[in-house]
Amino acid sequence: MTKQITLTIDEKQVTVPQGTLVVDAAKKIGIDIPVFCYHPKMEPVGMCRMCLVEVGRPVIDRTTGQAVLEADGTPKVQFGPKLETACTLPVSEGMVVVGMSDKVKAARKDVVEFLLTSHPLDCPVCDKGGECPLQNLTMAHGVGESRFNYDEKMHLAKHVPLGELIFLDRERCIQCGRCVRFQAEVVDDPVIGFYQRGRAIQIATFSEPGFDSYFSGNTTDICPVGALTTADFRFGARPWEMRATASICAQCPVGCNITFNIRREAKSDGEIVIKRTMPRQNEQVNETWICDKGRFAYHFTEGKERLTAPLIRRGDDLTPVSWDEAIEFVAQALRDAGSDLLTLASGRLSNEDLFNLRSLSDAFNGKTALYTHMAGGDLTAQVGVGQGTNFADLGAGSVILVVASDLEEEAPIWWLRVKQAAERGATLIVANPRPTKTDRYASQKIRYAYGNEAATVLAMINALSAKRPELPGKVQATAEIKNAAETIKNAENVIALFGSEGLGLEGSAALAQACANLLLVTNHTGRANNGLIGVWPRANEQGAWDMGLRPAADLKAALAAAKMVYVAAADPLGDDPALAATLGEVPFMVVQELYLTETAKLADVVLPALPFTEREGSFTSGERRVQRFYPAVLPRPQARPDYAITGEIARKAGVDAETDSAARVMGRIAASLPDYAGIHYRRLAQVQEQWPIVGRGDLYYGGTGYENKQGLGVQLAPAAQQGQAPALTWPQVAEIAVPEGSLLAVPVTVLYDQGITVSTSPLLQTRIPQPYLTVCPAEAQRLNAEAGDLVQVSLGEQAVKVTLRVDENIPAGVALAPRSLGLPIFAPAAIQVRVAQKATV
Amino acid sequence: MTEIKQYVLLRHRDVPGLDQLDVYRQEGGFAAFQQAVTAMQPGQVTDVVKASGLRGRGGAGFPTGMKWSFIDNNNWPHYVVANADESEPGTFKDREIMEKNPFQFLEGLALCCYAVQANAAYIYLRGEFWQQAHFLDAKIAEMEAAGLLGEHLFGTEYSLRIYTHLGAGAYICGEETALLESLEGKLGQPRLRPPFPPSFGLYGKPTIVNNVETLANLPLILEKGAAWYRTYGTDKSPGVKIFSLSGKVNKPGNYELPLGTTFRQLIFQHGGGLPEGRQIKAIMPAGASSSLIVATEQALDTPMDYESVPSVGAQLGSASVIVIDDSVNVAWLINKTMHFFKHESCGKCTPCRDGTYWMMHLAERIAGGEASWADVELLREVAGQVKGKCFCALGEFSIEAVLSSIERFPADFEQITHKEA
Amino acid sequence: MTSLAEQYADEVQAILAKYPPEQKRSAVMPLLALVQRRDGFVSKAALQEVAQMCGITSTETASIVGFYTLYHDEKKGTYRIQVCTDLCCALRGADEFLHKLCEALGIPVGGTTPDGKITVEAVMCLAACDKAPMFQVQALGSVHHDGLEYHENQTVESALRLIEELRQK
Repeated sequence: MTKQITLTIDEKQVTVPQGTLVVDAAKKIGIDIPVFCYHPKMEPVGMCRMCLVEVGRPVIDRTTGQAVLEADGTPKVQFGPKLETACTLPVSEGMVVVGMSDKVKAARKDVVEFLLTSHPLDCPVCDKGGECPLQNLTMAHGVGESRFNYDEKMHLAKHVPLGELIFLDRERCIQCGRCVRFQAEVVDDPVIGFYQRGRAIQIATFSEPGFDSYFSGNTTDICPVGALTTADFRFGARPWEMRATASICAQCPVGCNITFNIRREAKSDGEIVIKRTMPRQNEQVNETWICDKGRFAYHFTEGKERLTAPLIRRGDDLTPVSWDEAIEFVAQALRDAGSDLLTLASGRLSNEDLFNLRSLSDAFNGKTALYTHMAGGDLTAQVGVGQGTNFADLGAGSVILVVASDLEEEAPIWWLRVKQAAERGATLIVANPRPTKTDRYASQKIRYAYGNEAATVLAMINALSAKRPELPGKVQATAEIKNAAETIKNAENVIALFGSEGLGLEGSAALAQACANLLLVTNHTGRANNGLIGVWPRANEQGAWDMGLRPAADLKAALAAAKMVYVAAADPLGDDPALAATLGEVPFMVVQELYLTETAKLADVVLPALPFTEREGSFTSGERRVQRFYPAVLPRPQARPDYAITGEIARKAGVDAETDSAARVMGRIAASLPDYAGIHYRRLAQVQEQWPIVGRGDLYYGGTGYENKQGLGVQLAPAAQQGQAPALTWPQVAEIAVPEGSLLAVPVTVLYDQGITVSTSPLLQTRIPQPYLTVCPAEAQRLNAEAGDLVQVSLGEQAVKVTLRVDENIPAGVALAPRSLGLPIFAPAAIQVRVAQKATV
Repeated sequence: MTEIKQYVLLRHRDVPGLDQLDVYRQEGGFAAFQQAVTAMQPGQVTDVVKASGLRGRGGAGFPTGMKWSFIDNNNWPHYVVANADESEPGTFKDREIMEKNPFQFLEGLALCCYAVQANAAYIYLRGEFWQQAHFLDAKIAEMEAAGLLGEHLFGTEYSLRIYTHLGAGAYICGEETALLESLEGKLGQPRLRPPFPPSFGLYGKPTIVNNVETLANLPLILEKGAAWYRTYGTDKSPGVKIFSLSGKVNKPGNYELPLGTTFRQLIFQHGGGLPEGRQIKAIMPAGASSSLIVATEQALDTPMDYESVPSVGAQLGSASVIVIDDSVNVAWLINKTMHFFKHESCGKCTPCRDGTYWMMHLAERIAGGEASWADVELLREVAGQVKGKCFCALGEFSIEAVLSSIERFPADFEQITHKEA
Repeated sequence: MTSLAEQYADEVQAILAKYPPEQKRSAVMPLLALVQRRDGFVSKAALQEVAQMCGITSTETASIVGFYTLYHDEKKGTYRIQVCTDLCCALRGADEFLHKLCEALGIPVGGTTPDGKITVEAVMCLAACDKAPMFQVQALGSVHHDGLEYHENQTVESALRLIEELRQK
């Protein structure tokens, strides 16, 4: 237990843990000590000198060690001659802090005056105006008039692109270094830095390609002036014109809490539109950060090509019809198909949408299939992380195992959280066939060959257990594996994250099972900060498993066998052109979508759905936290929420279903799924005070990110926490035969792919690489190829041309195939590669 | 007060060829180091230094032995860093020691290392001391060849390596934490203190940073004893000091004298006084960081030690005595110092970064005769605004000359400012 | 282009050997000094090269170049004559010396002679206050030259003689 310290700040007493800084102790009792350089999420530096306070300490008699008392019996307090910075000063017992004296006020005025000497004071045209710490603190503490000679001001560049995403205005910068420290300290990507010194010091990048970091947008939130702006938002709107609406990021399974800033504007034909995405504080999920994909990838919701009316196929054409007609048409088809219905949906949909789809299918004894390349969600429901899990609680004594995941690419904020846990002393064990950025924080690293994912984890169990299950593959229990196994066995807490690096459905199912077994054997399930997390490809994939959807082992066969296919939020044909024939043969296909996808173009009925920004719903994150999102902007007139569309069809087909509100669907979920018992929308909207306190009037403290007033969500208890111990089953993985002259292509995830969310974002679009395949230098030599060559990749009957990349970190015999980047490779597969065109020099 | 019969620090002036290892050893060199390593506990070395009353010669005057005793013995390894960044305008003493009496400095460094049980030491030289660094590298190599550095020194378990490291032009790196940052390959910006270097120094390890001159005192203190050293100087400022004398004086240069020598003795007796026909007007006893002392008779008779100089409104600091004569308008002088501090501000804290920039512009206009008395008032106010708010001493030093000039030589400003419009 | 480590293996080895193996970043300043002596300034390519050797980013390396005055991000004269015009030297006529020297060379302060050999600059205190007027010569573009050399108690004539010698080198 940390020692508690009592001190007095501006005549108020406060008791805080030892080590707390005065600025934070003041914050806890509602006293705002102004700061520019300090940020509660970063190490204090004491640079800006705005937080100067008078500090007195009790006088201690050196001989007795006792406090010297005044005549009235109160401890005698001695004040130092100099002001001290509250942001660097840890509290001490009996300390007296004065932040309201004339001396302190004068000091703040002095510091503000210094900061403004070369500041352009262009607030009327500055993006930050209205939510600017410098502006606010100048109003509160500064003087009205400048004594600095205007001609002697620094005149500096005002539109410096630090990269493609972030612009710098050098005149506005007050050199607080928050952005530089965020990149170095928080996200370990020091691609912006200080250049020169003294008054000439400025923010600059000399990295290639500039300020290119997955977390760069956060620097614009914590910049206390208008120096850093995003290319997406700059000159977009004034802060006071916008309203804030709460949402959940739909990009990955982390479930970052976000706020959409919206306004009605003439240039958008008088519509209400999203102007920017901001982090919304949830210390258990994303703290006060979001990644750039989450920040900039909202544009897919606003596309002009969005579906605006239900369509029915008349001959070769899809013709707009009324909703009544479309629903009647689908309901009739359903009745005809009966149990030959296949419902194919993805984790892009909310729990409510998926529940209604599943209920409808069940009513007809149809089949459902989760559209994904990754399995194991049944296991995370059983041995997932326990209720009360928070990465922020992990430190010394805890182990985090990351297997088969390039975590920063798959779930950036989890990467950040894992990094921080490792920095607090948690043992990070990374098992992956090639090095990733996660390795930087790993205290133990295990390299295995692609294909040996599950076998490697099973080898850890074998190193511990007397049961010695049959071990598929040929993985020797190396010293590293034994060491990792021992570390896991002896740890207080263990969280295992498994991803889909190099894996398809079969491999990830086996890996999930192996990880579950490891946790079970070492007794790391069923309680907080222990258990299994799937690094899913989509935001609500865990919810989809919870709603009862399962991937089809052979999607092509399942499609071929169905008389009716109901596709929601999935584009199998767009992802895999090889399915064209199969889908073309489906007797009746309904596609419920935002856009007319490749699959939709083949459909008999197309139903326009609403994106998450225009409706209510809930997602279940990878940590099995159920979180609500709210409508941010008005729905497109003719489109409807997925749950409502499905519900209407169900009713028309004679099946009882909720259609009116997502909250009512959640009522049904809670009633029928034991894990979700007790979940309801009001509960999901509950909040409690979080530390640090951000997003209130004092933007200078935490930045312009938002306070959470709309719900922290509810973390579900996995079966193991409810007293149900799952039985151990031992996975088997078939070896993939790679014929002589072929390469083993393994799918890997990259953050910026060709998915619709990225390709519709003007900023992120430029970050999508050309389709490529990566091999090691030796393989490149064998292929007589060099980096940059165009190569033809043959996979079964398909052939695709992509650019070759060469990376010495990739094992021989393997080719890395990034997902959603031109190559339809969803599981490890043998491919043939030959040079199609040499790179022009 | 004892006159110096024989040099303690500038012994090369007595002993030709002292920069040769054999000569230095003939003069008893490295006997103290050998004695310490083979026959003394590390703590005993520290005790002797404590007893000598030696205070840091870099400017702060902190008791050297006490600094060593703060080293954290629960955290290893330890490092010693010699501060050879000598960049204060008016200071050029460490350079002479390193160029002419290198082994005495290196032996002092080695003694410090042994006292705090450091096995590696770095000499951080300002980047301009390129030749001195290469010279020291050669001397270090000679010591290694002679078994004075390396493994198992004198047959004991103790080992020591010394490395030179060149800065690249930054006054702020004379500040010990900025120096450590620079040595770690980062911007030379000072660190937050506490923790202080003896607990958190180079690479986060306990580190002693001592000035070159401080270290050069050690061999003779160890050889001849603390009591001998205390025969020089005053009770509270024992020992000898190298005074770097520059400015409007006939014989500028380094003068090794006991602490407590008066300004008059240094400037007139040793420095040969001012050029013909010139009157002394002001003294800056601690380089550009100094307040200007009005050169009254009383001031000239003030002893130069850590306690007495404040009585005439300045600090002894690094004892870099700059003589100003009556041909100089102090407005010109502060324009020079403000250009220096503005150029050397690291940019970390607001008052120094923006304050020096502002003061430089004001001083420039004032010195150029383009300012009014209101600008002088503003300059004084801005200097007052900087005072007490800076992250490190550099910013605080930048205002000393400004405030003392305006306060003590108002006529100089009245002379060159124009009346209010 | 051959790498620094190949081109000057001994120098690079000696630099890296000074610091603990896990503290390679400490080598950034001496390595930058080495590339600058090779190239005459620190180019963007050199930044990347040094950054890789020290395990830091190009931006972090550039920060070092920007902070310290002896590094240059642009090429000027092969020899940079850096005259101290700080307070003590100025009291001994350094400003006048500098301007006369520039006048004699026909260049402004900070300028470079047409043959690209000589740049004359004013710099802050060089710790030679008793020997003003003085300057240092920073020799760039060849590791075989001495890196820095002090020239003290100078006159314009002695400085011009030295400059002539440097031009002949």
